[in-house]
Amino acid sequence: MTASRLATGGSAIDRSRLIRFSFDGTTVQGFAGDTIASALLAGDVAVVGRSFKYHRPRGIWGAGVEEPNALVDIGGSRATPNTRATTEPARDGLVAKSVNATPSALADRNAFLDRFARFIPAAFYYKTFMWPDWHRFEPRIRAMAGLGTVDADWTSPGMADQINHHCDVLVVGAGPAGLAAARLASGAGLTVTLVDDQQSPGGSLGHRAAEIDGKPAAVWVKETIAGLAAGGHLILPSTTAFGIYDHNLVGLNQRHLDGRPDTLWRVRPRQIVLATGAIERPLPFANNDLPGIMSADAALAYLRRHAVLVGRRIIVAANNDSAYEVAGALAEVGAEVRLVDIRRDGTPAAAANVRLIKGRSLASASGKLRVDGVTLDDGTRFDADCVVVSGGWTPTIHLFGQAKGKLAWSDARAAFLPGEPVGGIAVVGAAAGAVSLSEVFAGVEKAFAGKENAATPRSTGPEATDGILPAWPMPGSKGRIWIDYQNDVTVKDVELAARENFVSVEHLKRYTTLGMATDQGKTSNLPGLALMAGITGRTVPEVGTTTYRPPFTPVPLASFAGARVGELMAPVRRLPLENVHRASGAVFQEYGGWLRPAHYGGNADAERSIADEARRARQSVALFDGSTLGKIEVIGPQAAAFVDFLYYNTMSTLKPGRCRYGFMLSENGVVFDDGVLVRLDEHRFIVSCSSSHVAAVHARLEEWRQDRFGRSAVYIHNATPDMATLTVSGPNARKLLEKLHLGLSLDDADLPHMAIGHGTYAGDEVRIARVSFTGDRSYEISIRADHAEPLWAHLREAGQALDAIVIGLEALMILRAEKGFIVIGKDTDGTTLPHDLGVHGPRAKRKTEFVGRRSLFTEEASRDNRMQLVGLAVPQGEAPLPTGAHGIKRIDGRLRSQGFVTSSYQSPTLGRPVALGLIERGATRHGETIDIQYLGKISKATITAPCAFDPAGDRLHA
Amino acid sequence: MQLFPCPFCGPRDETEFHYGGDAGNARPDGADVPIDRWADYLYLRTNPKGTAREIWVHMNCGEFFVMERDTVTHKVLSSAALGGEHVA
Repeated sequence: MTASRLATGGSAIDRSRLIRFSFDGTTVQGFAGDTIASALLAGDVAVVGRSFKYHRPRGIWGAGVEEPNALVDIGGSRATPNTRATTEPARDGLVAKSVNATPSALADRNAFLDRFARFIPAAFYYKTFMWPDWHRFEPRIRAMAGLGTVDADWTSPGMADQINHHCDVLVVGAGPAGLAAARLASGAGLTVTLVDDQQSPGGSLGHRAAEIDGKPAAVWVKETIAGLAAGGHLILPSTTAFGIYDHNLVGLNQRHLDGRPDTLWRVRPRQIVLATGAIERPLPFANNDLPGIMSADAALAYLRRHAVLVGRRIIVAANNDSAYEVAGALAEVGAEVRLVDIRRDGTPAAAANVRLIKGRSLASASGKLRVDGVTLDDGTRFDADCVVVSGGWTPTIHLFGQAKGKLAWSDARAAFLPGEPVGGIAVVGAAAGAVSLSEVFAGVEKAFAGKENAATPRSTGPEATDGILPAWPMPGSKGRIWIDYQNDVTVKDVELAARENFVSVEHLKRYTTLGMATDQGKTSNLPGLALMAGITGRTVPEVGTTTYRPPFTPVPLASFAGARVGELMAPVRRLPLENVHRASGAVFQEYGGWLRPAHYGGNADAERSIADEARRARQSVALFDGSTLGKIEVIGPQAAAFVDFLYYNTMSTLKPGRCRYGFMLSENGVVFDDGVLVRLDEHRFIVSCSSSHVAAVHARLEEWRQDRFGRSAVYIHNATPDMATLTVSGPNARKLLEKLHLGLSLDDADLPHMAIGHGTYAGDEVRIARVSFTGDRSYEISIRADHAEPLWAHLREAGQALDAIVIGLEALMILRAEKGFIVIGKDTDGTTLPHDLGVHGPRAKRKTEFVGRRSLFTEEASRDNRMQLVGLAVPQGEAPLPTGAHGIKRIDGRLRSQGFVTSSYQSPTLGRPVALGLIERGATRHGETIDIQYLGKISKATITAPCAFDPAGDRLHA
Repeated sequence: MQLFPCPFCGPRDETEFHYGGDAGNARPDGADVPIDRWADYLYLRTNPKGTAREIWVHMNCGEFFVMERDTVTHKVLSSAALGGEHVA
């Protein structure tokens, strides 16, 4: 045992609450307040995972979000793959498994791959698996590479909440800078939201020595948080600001320790303060990826927060001052510590019990499953069970970069710092390159408050220093030096990319996969860029960075989905009478966004039910729920001129109380919608558009109204959801209606076809339109939607004596196809012009302007071989044509389409199939028999007029 | 997520809006408009880099309006109720 839990200490842990969980099948013990990583370290578990490509053993590197190595798959009800062990709280009964390792991280059976590493450098598979075919290798390679596994059977325990939130100031990061900024904002009377990805606030103050305003850091943190809470400000721990989007929208993902799904916050602050700190970098030396080699700052965090001592014989390797406190702290609790500093001069004093070696760097580490020693660049070797390194600090400027902030290179900090400020965003603290607390607080005061402020905290304790001497990976180095731990990118891979001219930073990233793993290169990007700079003789800023994109850390898809799951993902519109139809055995389907009865009679033998409905509808009387039909009112002094402009047909000549069928075109002349226009009075029309087109037609009407006619000339109201429309159709339709005593004359003289009447039912006004989509005498009764149920029940009850049948949409489709009535979008496509459907009049005669007019007189519109609407009849005894089958012809021996079948049904009334189609020159070819091809089989069909049933239209008046 | 200023409702999330085309794309009326002119009206778009004048509709309230915005910085410069943009 080398790493161990100390008998005392640990600010984050509660020793009274023991926790047991499983890792790779073995039980690990910890305390409440442990992360999975701290508990594994306390149990001296060195190997916690395997690398992506070479299956190298990997140990815990860090203590936070930057962790590249210690990924685990969490099982059970909160299953999550690729979870960072360093941020995941340990809890009783948790089941964790290492990633990319079988059967365990310690005894991975693919570990042999590392011996072939020299044959599988960056991009090897682009070059190697070309012959005979990449796809022959792909499945095995994909199975071997990769990290965690998704549990395909897992289902979310619930929907993630999504919260929209507004505040004056959003502070990201509750370290010293963030807390200071929050305090200043609060003092200025602003509303503050403070978020931090850790469970408890404080950031580096949780493990770095500091004294603020004369108080120990922990006390100051506690008091500051208490003050903010008392001020009513929102404080969100365990919450990551993962992205800044357009116009400074900030996305937060909040974790809940009680197992609830995460919560997504969309925050619109007036001001964003980024106090996101900095991330420690590794140092380059051979085998720097061995388990037992970790971030120095993380070693200090584990010591002071979790009372875990990471080793007994520890090498601290550094190129800056921050590791000195670490070395001293480790030595103080009994470890044998050597501090190897690459700097010869200007180093601070090391603690008395730390053996300082100046002007030397690590050349290599040795060990198999964990580090057992290091060799310095002068050849000196030391045994060690742990190596903690500090290669300098990379400011966490991801969010600033996402907000399109430009970065500025700092030689003094050997890092990119925020450059030109971005509106509404202040970057403070270590993220802005501050080192000491005094610098941090001065920066907050300047960047945020703008002037000296008595409320600004003052550092009264030890002050951090930096003094960094860059130690970038060097080209030509000996041994295998890791840059990206998670994706197995080494110095040699970057050199290879440079040799093959992938020198642009974006190319380097994609060719080697540097920074493309789940950690997104938080520890590896800058060393990689610096190495490329060294190889190509450029400076780091000349190489530049890749683009920063959200999310900063992985966000569960459930957070983004929120309530938009299952039925709520694309909610259907529902009929007011849905429950009544269900009780009648209706089978529902979605049609154009509406959930409507397809047919009645249950699921068994649907085809027969549909045929029955279609046949009996012609025999006596049918009831149909047509509530989805559009009912858009057009009202105002210019209403008549308006509908004239919107419709292909002249509508202003319509008499009040009458209806007219017409087309709306798009400006390119294509038929956009069809339907009946009702004129209620001189200045009031109702547009009955297709059910699925209501929103689009409404929007189109509004645009022309607002732009061309003026808001005071026309008013538009979409009354579709207000009214239910119940249709009574068939030879006995009038007889049935008479039984309801609606208070109006149903005489054909008073209410002829294409007229409307007004009546009352149970005290409600009803509108009765005599229009027909079946070809039979029909009445559409519109009544306020919430009062439709008694009327429907009355119709059904009164209909019993007449052998009335309730029909669904499928039967209606048969009835309308028998009549040759079209459905826009089914019997037309994106090229169909009105004259293709046989409606020539307005094109030939209209003198006034209408939408799409000019497009009807182009060369294309006047072609004589346009596809035109026809009926298609099959030889006696044959089955219906498949919808979508093509009419074909031979040109020079090759098959060519001359159109296609758009609707096709077996007509129970006619006892034969009926079909509609769009066929070249079809209108002039009635009687001609053509070949129809479907899936290679050819059959015959004769072109006819579209209407196959009652062509004279006698039944409308029967 | 951008905030667009609906002249009727005020600033709202961009997901509530639909794009409605170039502003100032005047519609030539008549059956004998020169075909090139008609084709320009139907299909020719300016797609500017920088300041763009565009028609948008706020789907929630049905308000069509003209918005000036910068296609590079996504800064919204102005918005005003629609009226006469398609009138030649």
